[in-house]
Amino acid sequence: MAANPQDDLVNVEVDGVAVKGRKGAMIIHVTDAHGAYVPRFCYHDKLPVAANCRMCLVEVEKAPKPLPACATPIAEGMKIYTRSKAAISAQKATMEFLLINHPLDCPICDQGGECELQDLALGYGRDIARFSERKRIVKDKDLGPLVSTDMTRCIHCTRCVRFGQDVAGIQELGTTGRGEHMEIGTFVEKSVEHELSGNIIDLCPVGALNSKPFRYQGRSWEMSQAPLVSPHDGVGTNIFGHVLRGKLKRVVSRANDAVNETWIADRDRFSYEAVNAADRLTTPMIRTEAGWREASWDEALAAAARGLKAAGEQTGMLVHPSASTEEAYLAARIARSLGTAHVDHRLRQRDFRDAQSDPRAPSLGMPLEAVDTLSGLLVIGANLRSELPLLAHRVRKAVVRAGASVGFLDLAARPYLFPVAVQVAASADAWVAALAGIVAAAAQASGTTPSAALAPLLQEVKIDDAHRRAAAALGNGSRRAVWLGALAQRHSRYADLRALAGELAKLTGATLGLLAEGGNAAGAWLAGAVPHRAAAGAVTASGCDANSMLTRGLRAYVTVGAIESSDFVDGELANRAFGQAACVIALTPFDDPALRRHAHVLLPIGTFAETSGTFVNLEGRWQSFTAAAKAPGETRPGWKVLRVLGNLLDCDGFDYQSSEDVREELRRAVLAAGVEPTFVSAHTVESLQGAAVTDDVPMYAVDALVRRAPALQATIVARRSRGEVA
Amino acid sequence: MSAVSGIPTSDGQTFVPGEGPHVALLSEHTRHEIDHWIARFPLGRQRSATISALRFAQEQNQGFLTEELMTAVAEYLRLPPIQVFEVASFYSMFETHRCGRHHVSVCTNISCWLNGGEEMLAHCERKLGIKVGESTADGRIFLKQEEECLAACTGAPMMMVDHEFHEHLTPEKIDRILDGLK
Repeated sequence: MAANPQDDLVNVEVDGVAVKGRKGAMIIHVTDAHGAYVPRFCYHDKLPVAANCRMCLVEVEKAPKPLPACATPIAEGMKIYTRSKAAISAQKATMEFLLINHPLDCPICDQGGECELQDLALGYGRDIARFSERKRIVKDKDLGPLVSTDMTRCIHCTRCVRFGQDVAGIQELGTTGRGEHMEIGTFVEKSVEHELSGNIIDLCPVGALNSKPFRYQGRSWEMSQAPLVSPHDGVGTNIFGHVLRGKLKRVVSRANDAVNETWIADRDRFSYEAVNAADRLTTPMIRTEAGWREASWDEALAAAARGLKAAGEQTGMLVHPSASTEEAYLAARIARSLGTAHVDHRLRQRDFRDAQSDPRAPSLGMPLEAVDTLSGLLVIGANLRSELPLLAHRVRKAVVRAGASVGFLDLAARPYLFPVAVQVAASADAWVAALAGIVAAAAQASGTTPSAALAPLLQEVKIDDAHRRAAAALGNGSRRAVWLGALAQRHSRYADLRALAGELAKLTGATLGLLAEGGNAAGAWLAGAVPHRAAAGAVTASGCDANSMLTRGLRAYVTVGAIESSDFVDGELANRAFGQAACVIALTPFDDPALRRHAHVLLPIGTFAETSGTFVNLEGRWQSFTAAAKAPGETRPGWKVLRVLGNLLDCDGFDYQSSEDVREELRRAVLAAGVEPTFVSAHTVESLQGAAVTDDVPMYAVDALVRRAPALQATIVARRSRGEVA
Repeated sequence: MSAVSGIPTSDGQTFVPGEGPHVALLSEHTRHEIDHWIARFPLGRQRSATISALRFAQEQNQGFLTEELMTAVAEYLRLPPIQVFEVASFYSMFETHRCGRHHVSVCTNISCWLNGGEEMLAHCERKLGIKVGESTADGRIFLKQEEECLAACTGAPMMMVDHEFHEHLTPEKIDRILDGLK
């Protein structure tokens, strides 16, 4: 029976204006939708309703007392008054109560100037306090290195508590005691550990929870705000950079419902500290017989061009997967004009056997928002909370709100904060056989026949109960997905895993998603920063992939972006290859000691906050940004350095005036290439057995930026990954 | 420890108590009593059994809750420990710090005050050698608080010992009651 949308609407009156609202909606939804502002502290769009601050009291005709707009459902014929004498006097009375215990320390409070309490006190507070008794003091809590606390300022809205309960999925904060003695706290004194916990800073309407690294670093009204995109993972999280006199002072969330809603991961929030790290490279450097010396840009670029001309097709171009699309595109074009296809950004990938089946770009195969309503999902080789925290959050929503069933094939059973249908935990050696078992179980369950190439292998596979449960999880409902994560991508038998995952997706009607690591892997692919594809996925004669560039030993290497030896599968191998090369040019924001040992020319380029560019996320969304902060010293945007280098190397058509010119050239090529065909693996899985390896890179070690962020490195999560705490 | 089995819930489903390193701290009797309360609520609402669970855990521990016991209750009911602590710190009948095993509260609200409540309290303090809020050194008696009205004004002055009311107090009667506490 089709519901008539008219039946779902009720007629109400807001401040004398007749409006319609959805049945079951709260008064605050209707007043917000019609521009009648109702003050609030505890209400938040993305959190369950608590109705405990009482600031949103409004007058409703025939109701004997004012009602909280956030928790009162609308009813037919309801007459709501948000600005009536009764409503305003209730709101003012609430404000007076809230201010009784709130300290008057705005001048030394970091929240000052961006404080919801301060703002509303201006509108609803009295000029002079009538409360002359003692204000209470609440002991501060130690929530770890990310969040500072000034608990005396707390007004008990419980947004932080509800965030833990409902969004993060682990309630670490709670309200203890009662009445005058009520406090927000933890059970035992402990730090808040969840990878999204920094969001409580944005949620806190007062100065009780603030950013610890930002403490006393600046005033909100002195800073300018610039929209940026986080470079750490393929979600493309929207962030704001707050800049004071050219310096990036902090990062806060930028709401975009289609991408990150209002949340950002702690990694996105605190990695900015690395932008101001002490070891930023501030001037071009050239290595001479006598050692390193500072050089002018002209000199350094000329030296770089000389080295690359001499090496010619013996040049390898290594691009970081978080470099901007423009940087990747120019780097790939320079390589190809030098006559080499040795260009790659897949620094941690080992297995490239199925290169011929590669899609144009790794993708989720669906919009991020569609993840919320998935019904069945199998995640292969992904430590999801650590690799893509906000994607893990969407999976949690799919499970908790939409009843999705989710299975994992991983190195270990991990603490997901939602009910998991099955976690197949196996050593890397056993992944191919385990995945084959799941494929066989799925074929059996659905009565379909696997492809001829895989059928003989699948016959010999042993199907166990866990395989059946994983297949069943994927068989749930109509919206299904199979994902291959970064652990799978770094697996030495990735081609086999991908062929099997592709088969599984085909058998179950699921969408195959490739969760490539890095903030801009999809952009790097489209830009042609892979050996076998030119821009927009055009198939070309292949050069060496990242790993074989290093094993083979080329004459010259160019690294683009913050690349360090720990970014490679085998850092030793990389150092050896660089050490033996005649010319190593590093475009890097950081003065890394390993680079000093092996490179010949160091060119300082800007980080994500200091350059204009574009990241393409895993749903294929192009997000451009402009420079927010002033880069230190002689640092230049990477795309400009590459453009000039291209000019010196006489590359064709390197006359771009802006990063937009670069982007538009690529954008036109991508649009012309049309729709991506469905993934079909042309790779043959030879055997199910055999030794294999993969690397689990800790959340706060994924790239040079997070490795340089002191606050992130001080978290329990980072210390645990270094073996410093249990 | 008995094998963990499911508890039928009020909606005809089964709740399987959680296991954890602290659960063993709950005695067989305490767990039995908690199970009884879990059974009164539908599946997924075992948080409703928190107050009762804490009551038995406190009783088992001679009058106060420890961090470990609260964690045990949380593990058993499959709740975040903070949710159990929220309840324990909210209600005045729970003690989250070490104290004597018998909780004595003397009322000093208006009716009792007019009938000598303050003298009764002073007598308790003198007799036990402690102030309100303190416990005797032998861990026998905790002089919990000056109670506000417990609705026994007809029998003023009164005091509550554990959960029992004692009315028409005199110093002699108090001596008898306190001496009778083991």
